[in-house]
Amino acid sequence: MTVPTVEREERPAPATDDDRPAVLDVRGLWKVFGQRAERVVGTPLATLDRAELKRATGCVAAVRDVSFSVRRGEVFVVMGLSGSGKSTLVRCLNRLIEPTAGQVLLDGEDVLGYAGKRLRELRRHRFGMVFQHFGLLPHRRVLDNVAFGLEIRGVKKADRLARAQEVLELVGLAGFEGSYPDQLSGGMQQRVGLARALAVDPEVLFFDEPFSALDPLIRREMQNEVIRLHHEVGKTMIFITHDLSEALKLGDRILIMRDGALVQMGTPDEVVGAPADDYVRDFVSDVPRSDVLTLRWIMRDATPDDPLDGPELGPDTVIRDAVRTVLSARRPVKVVRDGRLLGVVTTAEVLEVIAGAGGQS
Amino acid sequence: MVAVSAPVTRRLPSRSYLTGAVLLAWIALWVLLNGRDTLPLGGAQLTPLHTRFGEGADVIDANRDSNPVFLYFVNYIRLFIDATVTFVQALISQPSFGRPVPLVGWLGVTGVATAIAYLYGNRKVAVLTAAGFVSFGLLGLWEESMDTLALTLTAVALSLAVGIPLGVWAGLSDRFNRVVTPVLDFMQTMPTFVYLAPLTLFFLIGPASATVATMIYAIPPAIRLTAHGIRQTPPATLEAAEALGVTGGQSLRKVRLPLAKQTIVVGINQTIMAALSMATIAALIDAPGLGKTVLKALQTLDVGTAFNAGLAIVIMAIVLDRVTSAASRRVEIAHRTGRSGRRRLRRMETAATAVAAVVLVYLSYTYVWAAEFPAGADLGSYVRRGADAASGWVQETLVAYTNGLKNAITYALLNPFEALLAGSPWWLVAVVAVALALLLAGVRASITAAVGCVLLVALGLWHDSMVTLATTLVATLLVMVLGVVLGVWMGRSDRVDRVLRPVLDAGQTMPAFVYLVPILGLFGATRFTAIIAAVVFAAPVSVKLVAEGIRGVPHTAVEAATAGGASTWQLISKVQLPMARAGITLAASQGLIYVLSMVVVGGLVGAGALGYDVVAGFSQYQLRGKGLAAGLAIVVLGIVLDRIMRAAAARAGGSSATR
Amino acid sequence: MAVTRKYGPRALALVAGAGLLLSGCGGAKVGETQAASDGKGGCGTVNLAINPWVGYEANAAVIAYVAEKNLGCTVVKKDLKEEVAWQGFGTGEVDAIVENWGHDDLKKKYIDEQKTAVSAGVTGNKGVIGWFVPPWMAEKYPDITDWKNLNKYADLFKTSESGGKGQLLDGDPSFVTNDEALVKNLDLNFKVVYAGSEAALITAFRQAERTKTPLLGYFYDPQWFMSEVKLVKVNLPEYTEGCDADAEKIACDYPLYDLDKIVSKKFADSGSPAYQLIKNFTWTNDDQNLVAKYISEDKMSPEDAAAKWVNDNPDKVKAWLPSS
Repeated sequence: MTVPTVEREERPAPATDDDRPAVLDVRGLWKVFGQRAERVVGTPLATLDRAELKRATGCVAAVRDVSFSVRRGEVFVVMGLSGSGKSTLVRCLNRLIEPTAGQVLLDGEDVLGYAGKRLRELRRHRFGMVFQHFGLLPHRRVLDNVAFGLEIRGVKKADRLARAQEVLELVGLAGFEGSYPDQLSGGMQQRVGLARALAVDPEVLFFDEPFSALDPLIRREMQNEVIRLHHEVGKTMIFITHDLSEALKLGDRILIMRDGALVQMGTPDEVVGAPADDYVRDFVSDVPRSDVLTLRWIMRDATPDDPLDGPELGPDTVIRDAVRTVLSARRPVKVVRDGRLLGVVTTAEVLEVIAGAGGQS
Repeated sequence: MVAVSAPVTRRLPSRSYLTGAVLLAWIALWVLLNGRDTLPLGGAQLTPLHTRFGEGADVIDANRDSNPVFLYFVNYIRLFIDATVTFVQALISQPSFGRPVPLVGWLGVTGVATAIAYLYGNRKVAVLTAAGFVSFGLLGLWEESMDTLALTLTAVALSLAVGIPLGVWAGLSDRFNRVVTPVLDFMQTMPTFVYLAPLTLFFLIGPASATVATMIYAIPPAIRLTAHGIRQTPPATLEAAEALGVTGGQSLRKVRLPLAKQTIVVGINQTIMAALSMATIAALIDAPGLGKTVLKALQTLDVGTAFNAGLAIVIMAIVLDRVTSAASRRVEIAHRTGRSGRRRLRRMETAATAVAAVVLVYLSYTYVWAAEFPAGADLGSYVRRGADAASGWVQETLVAYTNGLKNAITYALLNPFEALLAGSPWWLVAVVAVALALLLAGVRASITAAVGCVLLVALGLWHDSMVTLATTLVATLLVMVLGVVLGVWMGRSDRVDRVLRPVLDAGQTMPAFVYLVPILGLFGATRFTAIIAAVVFAAPVSVKLVAEGIRGVPHTAVEAATAGGASTWQLISKVQLPMARAGITLAASQGLIYVLSMVVVGGLVGAGALGYDVVAGFSQYQLRGKGLAAGLAIVVLGIVLDRIMRAAAARAGGSSATR
Repeated sequence: MAVTRKYGPRALALVAGAGLLLSGCGGAKVGETQAASDGKGGCGTVNLAINPWVGYEANAAVIAYVAEKNLGCTVVKKDLKEEVAWQGFGTGEVDAIVENWGHDDLKKKYIDEQKTAVSAGVTGNKGVIGWFVPPWMAEKYPDITDWKNLNKYADLFKTSESGGKGQLLDGDPSFVTNDEALVKNLDLNFKVVYAGSEAALITAFRQAERTKTPLLGYFYDPQWFMSEVKLVKVNLPEYTEGCDADAEKIACDYPLYDLDKIVSKKFADSGSPAYQLIKNFTWTNDDQNLVAKYISEDKMSPEDAAAKWVNDNPDKVKAWLPSS
């Protein structure tokens, strides 16, 4: 299968994204587990790969020199297989795990310097987190679980219960206030976990593989729920997953990790369309490309022979959505932005993508 | 997988060959060296260490009135505990406040106890509680029972007040946990007789000493189980709370403690049982209550009276056990009464129960009939006569058969074993012990064994320790045979469980002093009698744990084997027993600890050796140092055996898992 | 469950109501009939240690009975083993021990060194310690009561515990025994086996007499069991003054003990009439055995046994009372 070249000038992410300021800026983050872990960073040891480092020092580098920034309102997905360090990474951000080196800037301020009360205030007011295994309190009712974050902030009982009720309705759990967590299904329990995180109205929401313990059907439902919530509340979200389709579905941008290091970062179509290396390529090979790639990725330059009276579509139109138009038009479809012709797409290009979908390259 | 398991399976037979070789070499050397370097010490002989131990007590005695530790610390603790016990006694057991009867009479106490059982447990245990308390009166032991209850409750309350915070600390801090664990082992294996007399130097004769003696034995389960509960908080829950920004205190109060509640209640249950089991021994230093009745009866070999009082102790134990167990289950469903309507109902129910109890208390405060248990219904004399008759019949009729049994086990098992352990040179036994520990349990255990052997020699009680060890191991063997047979039976059938459980509870809580006389009549003052006493006490625990393990075998495994056409015997031997391995290992190690805790009682019925040393040390002034040394030797034996067994079990479990 | 729950509160309310009704109409009230019974004064409280054997209990019961009835004392009995009881002199919690067997080491510590205790004279009871056989054996083997013949019968006494030798069943750990040394120094083919408690010893002798099995064991008199089974003493080489000086080389019988009474220094100095009573108290082995029999065999309470004996022996009691 042919992979379109990346070096197109038009290809970078949509211009609208660039306008949004970075909420969270992560620079050179390291987490090394083991004795005297701090000796690794900034020395020649840091260049060793994981296995070698383990052999040389007994230390395990879970996160290796990762930098990225998350924009306000963005859904930022960190993806990798188990052991890739993604869960450690997200825990370094809210300091559930203490990073070994690097910076985590929240609105330009390094939270790694926070301690004690300031750190707690940070977690209480500005961050929220949803966990894979929910982490609900089995001895409390659903309503009290949701209000827990407010409770530890010291919010008065009536106020926090009212807010919890509000959030429960938002996640579609009205009527279950008095139930106990173990009386609910996994999906509903995770809704409680989600509500608990939302209740404190945080600026940034962390999701640590929240849906991997759920049935596929429930998982899809929950993913849609997150998309809906993102539309409604517009929170910045950092979402950890090992599931590529989930990453592609939810992510504005995706960061792929392997052995603790960043392999590729980009929009879903960038990751699928232009894998950074064989590892990522292998990863994305099963993805139905027509569902992810946009016309930008398959259009070709118009030749003089092409009749230019066909229908027009934008370059960011996903191929799947363009199929009907392309196939029903007898002539090449024009890819146009701001009135400027970027290229054309014909039945041949579309069929090539669809035929190749799911197959090996 | 194959590559991993191959070396393991190759190592296994070689390890058992080596073990066999060590044992054969031991026997061969024993034949050659029998009787040399066995370090015996005569009954009245002392080592310089024993003398020095003895003088330690004198120092306390001499400094009690001048030392600031006593003046400002120990004495206040004593006053506080004395006042507490006296207050509880004034409430329920002793004439007080110028009244000829306690403040609350039998009706009130029974009412309050029943109400508590109902509110914290359920209707069934409430009925049991009412019946139990009334039976104290019917047995003619109301006042004694209340004295025992007062002392037990005070000791339990104080144990929990100290134990739960320490348990929380041990649950949160690995370092503290490491420090406290051996101390708890020590407290649980050190025979009470050893510290009973010195305690009266610290806390004087009276309720304080009895309470502290009880607490020493009863606190460990409270600490251990609290720590366990705190430790097993799911990490996911903790992390979630932390991400929300909880403080340390909030995490403890709102997350860890509520989640550990059920385990802590189990700890409270065990603390109560342990406290109650001290009732008889504490009577040796004038602790009031049923224990005194038992000991007094023993002086005249009055089995009936002793049994009657022992029965009251068993009933109290069963009532307290069932109520706390029900309460621990209740904790789980505590708030689940759910919607507000049900909640209101529950509140009304609570109020009504409380009002009823208060009315009963008022009645028993005011009216004689409710204050003093009516003397008319005297069940006690029937129980006494029945027990006397039974004991007499057993001693006269069964003795013809029991002698044979005693001799068979003594000559076939106990004597050869003891000859090997106590007849070999001490260094040979030490080398064998270290080698076996190394082979079966690993390097750490072998170091423990080596240190243990050295300590036993240093304590000057090597020979006695080996005699006690032989008796202990034979008793443990019998306990395990019983444990597996009855445990499997019980684990497979709920009906057997229902019938057997009260019997086991009785075996566990009936003071040994009660049945010493009949078994002495049957088996004489012998080591075998001591073994029987130990088995009666220790087997119930093992049986219960094995049954627990059998019941814990996943239903699907049993179903699969049954579907495969396994016979009952195959099902037991190939599926249930191997899968219940963890439970059986636990049963063995607990059985061993329980057997060791009966060493002193064994000393009272002819086992000699360490048990006798402790008893004699308690009774004879000049032997007190030796008694302390013997107590320490028992602790050493307990800790070494426990560590080796645990390591061996872990290793065996580990290698079978890789296979 | 829900249904029964519903009736719960109502039923309980009924109980409560019924209780209130009862309280309105019923029964004698606490404190109505009891007259205030204060002591006659002048004596105060006496703390009596009760050592754990019936003979002691007999002494203590009679003394306590007389002290309460005749002198108006309040007697507090404390059940204690001997050593703990002696410690009580030092801590001021025990006023008197009313039957003491020897215990020279404790005397040295508390009377001579600590000076918290003083002797209050003998009880009149003679303590015999030694080796005994059940009566049937003395009848069947009359010469067994001489220690020189013990080796002849050693085989009879073999048990599972004695390792091929004859068994000498030793005793209650409360007593200092010389038996290991005796066996060695008298060249006896016996092994000392520790029964470990009085109960074990008595049970062993009782069974030995009942089933006519041989038994040689350490025992003592006065002891209530002697009135059930009259054990026969085996005579060891006679005791002479000082023959027990070296514990390792002992080869003679136990001395005859003059059982005595020990009181705390404080109590002796208090001038309490109870102290006079305890000091004056003496009686015979037969007296004690009688009261002990009331307690052990007739199952009377110590109080009742004492009352019975005191009523039967007014003259003896009179002689103990302080002459005021």
